[in-house]
Amino acid sequence: MPNLHRYIPMTEQDQADMLATIGVSDTEELFRDIPEAIRYRGTLPISSALDEWSLLEHMKELAGRNADTDRYKSFLGAGIYDHHLPVVINHMISRSEFYTAYTPYQPEISQGELQAIFEFQSYICMLTGMAVANASMYDGTTALAEAGALAAGATKRKQLVISRTVHPEAREMVLTMARGLNLEVVEVGYTNGVTDLDALKAAISTETAAVLIQSPNFFGAVEDLAAVEPIIHNVKGLFVVSTNPMSLGLLETPGKLGADICVGDAQPLGISMSLGGPTCGFFAVAEPLTRRMPGRIVGQTTDLDGKRGFVLTLQAREQHIRREKATSNICSNQALLALCASIYLSTMGRQGLVDVANLNLQKAHFAAEELKQHGFELAFNAPFFNEFVIKLPDGVSVKETNLKLLEAGYLGGYDLGLAYPELAGHMLIAVTEKRTRSEIESFVNRLEESVA
Amino acid sequence: MITMNTTSERENGAGKTDKALIFELSKPGRVAYSLPACDVPSKPADAYIPSSMLRQTPAELPEVYEVDVIRHYTELSRRNFGVDNGFYPLGSCTMKYNPKINEDTARFAGFAKIHPYQPEESIQGALELMYTLQNDLAALTGMDQVTLQPAAGAHGEWTGLMMIRAYHESRGERRTKVIVPDSSHGTNPASATVAGFETVTIKSNERGMVDLDALRAAVGSDTAALMLTNPSTLGLFEEQIVEIAQIIHEAGGLLYYDGANSNAIMGITRPGDMGFDVVHLNLHKTMSTPHGGGGPGAGPVGVKSKLIPFLPKPIVERSEDGSYYFDYDRPQSIGRVKAFYGNFGILVRAYTYIRTYGPEGLRRVSECAVLNANYMMARLAPYYEIPYPGVCKHEFVMSGRSLKANYGVRTLDVAKRLLDFGYHPPTIYFPLNVEECIMIEPTETESKETLDGFIDTMIQIAEEARTNPELVLNAPYGTVVRRLDEATAARKPVLNCSC
Repeated sequence: MPNLHRYIPMTEQDQADMLATIGVSDTEELFRDIPEAIRYRGTLPISSALDEWSLLEHMKELAGRNADTDRYKSFLGAGIYDHHLPVVINHMISRSEFYTAYTPYQPEISQGELQAIFEFQSYICMLTGMAVANASMYDGTTALAEAGALAAGATKRKQLVISRTVHPEAREMVLTMARGLNLEVVEVGYTNGVTDLDALKAAISTETAAVLIQSPNFFGAVEDLAAVEPIIHNVKGLFVVSTNPMSLGLLETPGKLGADICVGDAQPLGISMSLGGPTCGFFAVAEPLTRRMPGRIVGQTTDLDGKRGFVLTLQAREQHIRREKATSNICSNQALLALCASIYLSTMGRQGLVDVANLNLQKAHFAAEELKQHGFELAFNAPFFNEFVIKLPDGVSVKETNLKLLEAGYLGGYDLGLAYPELAGHMLIAVTEKRTRSEIESFVNRLEESVA
Repeated sequence: MITMNTTSERENGAGKTDKALIFELSKPGRVAYSLPACDVPSKPADAYIPSSMLRQTPAELPEVYEVDVIRHYTELSRRNFGVDNGFYPLGSCTMKYNPKINEDTARFAGFAKIHPYQPEESIQGALELMYTLQNDLAALTGMDQVTLQPAAGAHGEWTGLMMIRAYHESRGERRTKVIVPDSSHGTNPASATVAGFETVTIKSNERGMVDLDALRAAVGSDTAALMLTNPSTLGLFEEQIVEIAQIIHEAGGLLYYDGANSNAIMGITRPGDMGFDVVHLNLHKTMSTPHGGGGPGAGPVGVKSKLIPFLPKPIVERSEDGSYYFDYDRPQSIGRVKAFYGNFGILVRAYTYIRTYGPEGLRRVSECAVLNANYMMARLAPYYEIPYPGVCKHEFVMSGRSLKANYGVRTLDVAKRLLDFGYHPPTIYFPLNVEECIMIEPTETESKETLDGFIDTMIQIAEEARTNPELVLNAPYGTVVRRLDEATAARKPVLNCSC
């Protein structure tokens, strides 16, 4: 029997019996509806099959050609962070009842996933201070773009104002989406590493659907959200805040500071870096915007016997019901990564989240101070969380510096010149709770040598 | 007043026992975390950040210890049903077995612990994997180039439509309409809206195929694209696809292939050869990557050469010296559709899957998927109405309208009764153009014994509907909760724990 494969149970006898039941003589007859002109009769020119052992060897070889953070010390952030992942997370998300299920369409046999999502929604509300959260988005950048789309729909206005301190890839994502929806996007510059509030005031008008601010922003700096809030609310636009959820262990909640929509990426909450994906976008709103939210939402209810249970709810917003009139086209989301975030927050608890955020704050500030001591200049002096910008000596290339650091066993910081021409020669450095004092000190020494 | 016991249950005041929320397990003073000590000089947070920007009270996260975390999520997992629990014939979702080797390889440190902004020199293995996967998916679909960036099928649809829009605009044409058949996935028209198009829905004919007259009537100089799933959501191969492509192309429109049903055609026919210009694949369907309880997926998009300039950036390329790099120099690109490079962890799984099969193996996957579906349809035909007889592809639809008319038993009730027998029900009430629709997709990874068991159960339920409809109407009986009050959930939403 050719074609035996460990994932396919079809025996020769099965095949003969099944064909007989159908009343055809061979499988080829089952494809008689496909015109011969478009049948593929060759052998696909794709990668060949490998046995299990050889495949593992091949994958190890590919993986081995990547510099991973088990072997290299990372000072790289810029949206994806090298945090410690509590070991319980992988054990729990490896429960195949979770990961081999699909969207919980049948609530009676999906209470585990539904409750997990309900708890995730609750966690996001607790962190952000917002009233309602959904079940997840693809990532923080698509969540921000969807926030812009929601704001345009809710205000019936066509202009989004976005700060240049928002992650450059998130701004690109907003631009792509805005082109689809025929929205105008106005960028506002920065001063001293935070949004230029005078420029923001000048850019905002009664045409503005929303202002999109990230805090901590791409440079790591904490934005003055309290100062932005009245500027946009005075013209009855919406205040959209993108945030790092770990920073909310210490920072005031966007909800309390007047955000109408709060989004972000949950990657810092127990999700592996995986070259940037999959991560998990979160999306939370003030109560009046509930029925405009994109994506799945889980609600609490009761069953016939009065027991508490959970269901997908408010589905009249969604594409499978509303088709072209839906609030969004999102269908699959990032449920398993939302579960990672929930398990992370369950593990950290009330004090752990404060502690881990504080460790990030302390170590990043220690690193900044060390760098200053070694003659490096900080580009900005706005308050920051776990990331900050240094200026390398004139004429020194960040790219070349990072290759030297790589040889020494470090992943150096992000090359800001890639996205901000005016910041060529500047490096964005992230320091998480994983970095020890001696690692930080060695890194600073290496960096100093590299630029000498 | 809420009372708790140690087995993570709670008495709900109505004499019933509910599974506790994690928040209800909290007891001040317990911890489940272990963090490094602060080995650097420490100052109060407000020494670094003005106190007006600091949180005044911590988030009220639960205080539990590690065993609570493990038991809570283990208990939740036991209240969930996945492919590893049993047969999951959810039509259009391709709930095939999720191979364990995929999970292992995606967790290799060299894949899971790498950063998107590392120097390209330090991620050559990852780039080679992506480059090879791009090429494999292009060959599989008959396309010229592939982007791996979209995170899901609907995301791929939107990406493809944005490219179609950019293509027309580059030719100085403003085309505003996207045509979809009435059997299409809801994401198709929703994606068209987000890409700035109007949707024109056309009826299917009595054989479930695109009605060519309706198509001709709908097509015009404003047609940007036709979106089609082939085989369709009815499980039928669009026999007139060549003519359909001709009609659209002659009008200057493009053809978009919704790849949700690709499990039927690998190595048998290719969208590119059918005349499609843009294709997305759902790696979480066809390529066996797990659905994750709703995600993450991956929705790579392939295009014919004329659309390559519009692909999202970056694309992985190979230089003459054999090294791999991200190509950002794409001036006509639609831009970015997601941060970084897509759901890389899912791409690792999909590549691993392709390499367990190779080209002949993937063809065998589709043959067995189609054989399984036709076998189920043949055996169920005497008991349930088959609106479109003949051969089906990887899935088929049945109608429960006679059960409803004769015994008052709806398709929903049949689905709920299936739960008592340990099956995940098929997709129900979709596609919308089949009354009381039941859509069954067995996939290739299920044995004849499994299919027979399910078929026998479906026959038994049809018999129960006839002899004892109340039994079916009140199902399920053996699940952790019974039918839930969805109306109240939507009318008076409780969307988070107010604790």
